Amino acid sequence: MAPVLELRGIDKSFGPVQVLHDVNFSAQAGEVTALVGDNGAGKSTLVKCAGGIYPIDAGQFYFDGKPVQVNGPRDAAELGIEIVYQDLALCDNLDIVQNMFLGRERKRGLVLDEDSMEKLAEETLASLSVRTVKSIRQLVSSLSGGQRQTVAIAKAVLWNSKVVILDEPTAALGVAQTSQVLELVRRLADNGLAVVLISHNMNDVFAVSDRIAALYLGRMAAQVKTADVTHAQVVELITSGRSGELGLHNGSGVAS
Amino acid sequence: MTDTKTTAPDGAAPRAAKREPEPNEILTLREVLGRDLSGVPVLLLFVLILSLASDTFLTGVNLDNLGRQVSIYAIIALGQLLVILTAGIDLSVGSVVGLSGVIVAQAVFDATSTAGVIPGLVLALLAGAAAGAINGVLVAVFRMPPFIVTLGMLGIARGLTLLYTGGRTIQPLPAPFAEIAGGEFLGVANLIWLTVLVLGVTAFALRRTLWGRYVYAVGSNAESARLAGVPVRGVLISVYTLSGLLAALGGILLASRLGNGVPTAGTGYELQAIAACVIGGASLFGARGTALGALVGALIVGLLNNGGTLLGIDPFWLQTAIGLLILLAVALDLLQGRRFRTRAT
Repeated sequence: MAPVLELRGIDKSFGPVQVLHDVNFSAQAGEVTALVGDNGAGKSTLVKCAGGIYPIDAGQFYFDGKPVQVNGPRDAAELGIEIVYQDLALCDNLDIVQNMFLGRERKRGLVLDEDSMEKLAEETLASLSVRTVKSIRQLVSSLSGGQRQTVAIAKAVLWNSKVVILDEPTAALGVAQTSQVLELVRRLADNGLAVVLISHNMNDVFAVSDRIAALYLGRMAAQVKTADVTHAQVVELITSGRSGELGLHNGSGVAS
Repeated sequence: MTDTKTTAPDGAAPRAAKREPEPNEILTLREVLGRDLSGVPVLLLFVLILSLASDTFLTGVNLDNLGRQVSIYAIIALGQLLVILTAGIDLSVGSVVGLSGVIVAQAVFDATSTAGVIPGLVLALLAGAAAGAINGVLVAVFRMPPFIVTLGMLGIARGLTLLYTGGRTIQPLPAPFAEIAGGEFLGVANLIWLTVLVLGVTAFALRRTLWGRYVYAVGSNAESARLAGVPVRGVLISVYTLSGLLAALGGILLASRLGNGVPTAGTGYELQAIAACVIGGASLFGARGTALGALVGALIVGLLNNGGTLLGIDPFWLQTAIGLLILLAVALDLLQGRRFRTRAT
């Protein structure tokens, strides 16, 4: 089966600094693909290229096996690619429904169609089996970190999206909330979405992912099935770009 | 995590599922009256005290007078509220009141017929909207701090007003012009009708329209709003423009009420408008406050002045009292916010 999202040979530079070198990356429907790498390896840049926020310098973009042009966030959103940012991008003084629909409100004539938005938000949360919020008319400022993450993820799912990219969703959370969010991540994939999970936490990666893509200094060191590798191998891929047969094979990791 | 209560998945009565008070918890006034309307009980208390303390307070003449006094403040405060909701501030409204007042006064003074006044009215409104739009562009596009931008406009608009008039009052103005503010319709002053109209439109726009939702979103978190596709710049320019426009309307009404064009009219009104918003529950950090709240705030300030006069209280003390009230309103707001947050975690 063709991957939902596939990037081939992506190059990206900021001025004189080349951040991504010939990167291949793919995400399958129904799977969680973990994107790992050290700080500065290019994870966020790759994700922003996928989301249309940064234009790519070279490389191809395939969606459902077909080549597509992504020239901006709107193109990505139209394809069904949603990014949940690390800082969540929620408005504290708006309630859950208002946040989920922000920027894409439903209208009935001149006025906002609150009833239909409320209903759809409720259905979305129910489909994700979210039971942790008391009322969807609660202000986001009154929610805990895990609940906020839940709202941000639900917001991304609301738009019949096909690919959901999560940038370190558990970074700021405690143990119980982390497991709740990871359960939610798993459920997204089980519902048929392609989920890309950026994480620094190996426990999270092994708990929830089907595949692991490891970036090393802007190059894709390896994209492997989680079941085929060990904890230690992934750490080696992250820190040195190679691990035994896996990874980049010319010493310093500089491709010829 | 402690909150595991669910909204029933079948969607049963989501509104009823709002937080139920714990048995040991007393309902706060805010929960009774809804968010951001803490001013209402204060207003009712003042009305009660004044009705008991003064025989003249509850007379038609006095209430009519009070309504006329408060109206102009309320209209300006509603414009100010829009800006405050986006976490901004508009210090220029008082000067815009003066500018639009003298523009319309000069037009009326020069006019030879009733219809000749209309271009003056339009010009005065346009001048206010233009001043606001310049504020908005500087804040939204050039990312200058609203305080500084509108402080600059405060000086510019007042200076232009003084230049335009040479510092002299424009008078006398013909009696029909005074009818705009002085006249009445169905026994209620035009000013009050206009205020109710502006209040209604503002409240509707803020609560029910996309634009209103965006105003709150920009005030809550401009960056998040931008990422979500909200046209942040457009929203900011629109609120400053509307604030200028409403200040200009206030200026026209004030000139009509006074029956002349005073170049210093409206001095200090910006502070009155900000006070009304804050007393009415608006937060200068943005995204908190309602149109009705701003009106309530304006009424409270108006009542203090009116009641003080009726009871013969020293106006110096009244000014002190209004200052205290602002501090009290902000303190109450912070206190409630803090309690809310500690409960939530």
